[in-house]
Amino acid sequence: MLAFIARRGLLALLILFLAVSLLFAMIHMIPGDPANVILGPKASPELKAEISQRMGLDQPLLVQLGRFYTDLAQGNLGVDVFSDRPVFDIVFEQLPYTLVLVLAAIGGATLLGVPLGCFSAIRRNSLLDRLTAVLSVAFIAIPSFVVALYLLLWLAVKWRWFPAMGAGEDGDFMDQAHHLVLPAIALGLGWVGYIARLVRASMLEVMEENHIRTARAFGLSERTIIVHYALRIAVLPTVTILGMGIGTMLSGALFAEIIFSRPGIGKLLHEAVITRNYPVVMGSVLVTTAFFVLSTLVSDIINALLDPRLREDGGSS
Amino acid sequence: MSPQPALIAQTFAALRKDPLGIAGFIIVVLVLLASLFAPMLAPSDPLEIDVYNRLADPSWEHWLGTDQLGRDVLSRVLHGGQIAMKVALVTISVSLAIGLLLGMFAGFGPKWLDRILVICFDTMRSFPTIMFALAVVALIGPSLNTVMGVIIITSIPAYARIVRTQTLALRENDFILAEQAMGASIPRILRSHILPNIAAPLLILASMDVPAVVGMEAGLSFLGLGVSPPTPSWGSILNDGYSYLRNSPWPIIAGGLPLILVTLGFTFFGESLRDILDPKLRGKGGAD
Amino acid sequence: MGSPILDVKNLCVNYQTDAGLLRALRGVNLKIEPGRIVGIVGESGCGKSTLISAIIKLLAANAQVAGGEILFRDTNLLDLDSDAMRALRGDEISMVFQDPMTSLNPVISIGRQMLHIQHRDKRCRAEKMLRSATILERVGIADATQQLERYPHQLSGGMRQRVAIAMALMTEPGLLIADEPTTALDATLEVQIIHRLQQLQQDFGCAILFISHHLGVVAELCEEVVVMYAGEVVESGSTSEVFNNPRHPYTKKLLQCDPASIEEVTRNLPVIAGQLPDLIELPPGCVFQPRCDKAIDRCQQSRPVLDDSSHCAACFVSVQ
Repeated sequence: MLAFIARRGLLALLILFLAVSLLFAMIHMIPGDPANVILGPKASPELKAEISQRMGLDQPLLVQLGRFYTDLAQGNLGVDVFSDRPVFDIVFEQLPYTLVLVLAAIGGATLLGVPLGCFSAIRRNSLLDRLTAVLSVAFIAIPSFVVALYLLLWLAVKWRWFPAMGAGEDGDFMDQAHHLVLPAIALGLGWVGYIARLVRASMLEVMEENHIRTARAFGLSERTIIVHYALRIAVLPTVTILGMGIGTMLSGALFAEIIFSRPGIGKLLHEAVITRNYPVVMGSVLVTTAFFVLSTLVSDIINALLDPRLREDGGSS
Repeated sequence: MSPQPALIAQTFAALRKDPLGIAGFIIVVLVLLASLFAPMLAPSDPLEIDVYNRLADPSWEHWLGTDQLGRDVLSRVLHGGQIAMKVALVTISVSLAIGLLLGMFAGFGPKWLDRILVICFDTMRSFPTIMFALAVVALIGPSLNTVMGVIIITSIPAYARIVRTQTLALRENDFILAEQAMGASIPRILRSHILPNIAAPLLILASMDVPAVVGMEAGLSFLGLGVSPPTPSWGSILNDGYSYLRNSPWPIIAGGLPLILVTLGFTFFGESLRDILDPKLRGKGGAD
Repeated sequence: MGSPILDVKNLCVNYQTDAGLLRALRGVNLKIEPGRIVGIVGESGCGKSTLISAIIKLLAANAQVAGGEILFRDTNLLDLDSDAMRALRGDEISMVFQDPMTSLNPVISIGRQMLHIQHRDKRCRAEKMLRSATILERVGIADATQQLERYPHQLSGGMRQRVAIAMALMTEPGLLIADEPTTALDATLEVQIIHRLQQLQQDFGCAILFISHHLGVVAELCEEVVVMYAGEVVESGSTSEVFNNPRHPYTKKLLQCDPASIEEVTRNLPVIAGQLPDLIELPPGCVFQPRCDKAIDRCQQSRPVLDDSSHCAACFVSVQ
């Protein structure tokens, strides 16, 4: 088991390294003076010189790369161009809001999706099954920001059931939960369908298998069979998907945060892009990519924990 | 060599049994036609400003109302459709072409090349797409071409993977080895054997990709990072509508509708296509 | 003699298919006395699987019992509701399936699966684990306590099948049904498992219904044998009598074609000419008649039935 974790961990690190290097390289692939890129052509030469020096942009490329990585290793993601605060602080201030949103969305989607998928499989071709199937496809297809906009329009602005802006009062759990509902729904709706379909397909496959027949032959109750035997195997693909899904969710969270004016990495990144706050852009993208790679790794490990057959493998891809 | 007419006829026959697939197909056709003929169908110039008529509700003159500058939303939506379809066409064909090449290199070429390419693909896939788009836009500046470029780069791995898997699988087949023994060149093998086998999965992926691509462009334009005003992309219509949400709901409703229709239509159609083509490829009975 | 532990009377089972009604079992009779080992032999498609599925009432969704009774200790299983039937399964009636690789749950350890099977037992977990380890030892698995923690894919085929047998015997059932338990194993392993099964049967005293198309194994293990063909029982009796003095032409052919009985080295193994009949459009008369070289006119017109004697055959032409 440990060997498995080590192997996957190394691979993840490699990919992260490449991704980060790519980000770094992008700065320098742009024709022209990087300081120009960062500050825009209208900045004064003194300001440009200062930025160049501060960010070490006048040094040779390899030196810059080395500095970049040593900084990174020390947790130094650079400094906000406007406020001079460390990017690290800024990003990790906003990160919890996004994480809460993503977790709420995934949690809700799983809580709804797994039973839906399970029931669809048990009562195949029933009305519930067919309805779930169509709605699943529909909500997977429709972009989440459109859903968010419509939810905002109807439920928040028109009917005022939910707040339209912000994350709620600090310390007031109910208020924050109230503010979470619409964005979490917008983010998670597509996933409910996806999970339901996945669980349904897996369940149908598993229920056909011989060991289920054995369990029945030993008189185990249908409930035991479904929950402990079938579902346990059927949820495995879901775990993998969830790990990868966090990455997509982070992107989707961006829209939810902007549309519902919530604080978070997405909002931070968006503003940074508009104001050309370069270090913040890079810092945010880096952190989210790292999260994505990490979550994929964790889900692979959980998968291997749940299904012993995967441990011997060199891992899938 | 391939029974093209028979396959198409069978496809249509099977399609007829699936109501969602039919609905999807009809929507797809309508959207494509509407986009193609947008300039002719649009009642007004999408850029024509009429400040006295801002944020008007739908009326006979303006079927979908007007936006904050008095422009006819319907016309803007129709032209937006043109942009959406153009983006879809360009990005998907380019991603497909490059993905095809890279996938074949990975599948048929030497092992080291395969390893490198796979790591590249995985690295690309490790970026949350929108984040990557934002990073690029931060550097280059917003424009429709930038958006298309980003979409292409992030779409290539998916196509390449399918091609690679199929190529790897087919590479081991005896008849390929036999052909090589008889001196057939690799491009020829790729063209006559590998290509027909991957045509179906690629077609399915492409049709399922349209909603994703259209959604991405709309999303980026919504964020102000895609088309520049006053170009009417569906995303930018939604963006304008969002700013004036409390004044009039119509721009949002109108801007969202085509997105919903297109994504649903292409997805239902693509799913139908997959149900029809896949089981046939594997020789199983129908799905479910 | 007391009442039989299993008495199948005139069982008829049909499958509803797209092509029509498939009559899989037609008037099958089977009697097993307590503590006896009865074998069923027959080609694929003769209805063995349907028969077992019917006995434990786990038939496919499109199957219907069209007539007959299945008496288990004088209770008609067909009358029982699903809860009552479920109470019997794994307790009074146990099964060992053919493919040990897929019959065991791949993601749960052997020990836990054996715990689950004891779900009716009120004993504590430690005791149940002890019972599991004990029975594993009895089927010939060394280091039983350690093996309990392993997963099916970590065990060899023979060990998996031993585990399956252990699981089936753990609840000390009255009837053990073994569906081709050794078919997936190689010959040496097969012999070991069969001998082990014999031993265990003597210790536990359960009745065994042993299905196989491997005649040698049946001859070795079973005291009585039933020969099935295309959904009917064509001959039954004690193993020695049926195998030494086969009365039904099909049984004779079966024995002739068994590779173990071929004495000279030859390239061409004998086969029974013809094919299995269509169970949807059945020929009138004897079901084996189209392939039988001893058939007379009467065989085409009416259907022969088994009589009550200890060695009986459903045939008009069979010699006494």
